[in-house]
Amino acid sequence: MNISKVTGKYNNHKVFLYTLSTCVWCKMTKQYLKDNSVEFEYVDVDLCTEEDKEKIRRTIQDKGGSLSYPTTIVDDKKVITGFRKDLLKEALEL
Amino acid sequence: MTHTIEQTRKRAEADAKTFGYFLVNDAELLQGLMEGLKINEDRYGYPSCPCRLASGEFSFDRDIICPCDYRDPDVAEYGTCYCRLYVNKDIYEGKKELPSVPERRPIAKQARAFQAASTPKPAQKKENEPPAAEEREELVELIPKLWYCKQCGYVVFREDPPYVCPICKAKKEMFTEIKTKVKFFS
Ligand code: SF4
Repeated sequence: MNISKVTGKYNNHKVFLYTLSTCVWCKMTKQYLKDNSVEFEYVDVDLCTEEDKEKIRRTIQDKGGSLSYPTTIVDDKKVITGFRKDLLKEALEL
Repeated sequence: MTHTIEQTRKRAEADAKTFGYFLVNDAELLQGLMEGLKINEDRYGYPSCPCRLASGEFSFDRDIICPCDYRDPDVAEYGTCYCRLYVNKDIYEGKKELPSVPERRPIAKQARAFQAASTPKPAQKKENEPPAAEEREELVELIPKLWYCKQCGYVVFREDPPYVCPICKAKKEMFTEIKTKVKFFS
């Protein structure tokens, strides 16, 4: 699985994003985190192999997420669906 | 492929006009959406929704080819579609904020995008055997049916009836399945 890492000063939370390379809201979420120097990792699901897609589907659904993009997972448990500045701010204490 | 971003935008504009919608009034967002649509059209051969995972199988993705099946009910309910490309007049004019739109596409259909190419068809289950955990969410089979609009007579062959009749704008409830019987003579 091709996981990319974006480093940032603010790294006290583990932030993982499931995104689509075609999705403008995913891009905005990445940009928002960058602008706030939040460290995060992401994977563009549409560019994954079929096998990895299936793994990702199970991971997201096991964590109670829906299959919408972007899906942000904070500290392996908190799931945020969509580009929600308000929820990101709260979860990351920005 | 020969089409350009400009053509993608023109097509969306023409479609918005036909249905009395507008394209989102935010140049950056609009450009991003057009780029996503174009990438998908180049990749799959049809402009599937840039904000949703496509399977690459036309029959599984048909409901999310832009403009998707969910646009009309979403614009009616939220003033904009799921990706926020198409908006109503109030949002276009800035009288209302662009809201988040929850996913209306049924989860079973979303899951198919993950499974279409990867999952071999589950083996026939033996009777009285409980389903294995892995099979919990097995592929939902796609069975197109004939539907007709009781209001205007429009007939369509697809999995579900449309949310809104494209001809007379009647709601989904106005659609009835046409059950046909085929007799074989020997
Ligand atoms: S949600 Fe909007 S942009 Fe996405 S396919 Fe539907 S109409 Fe097109």
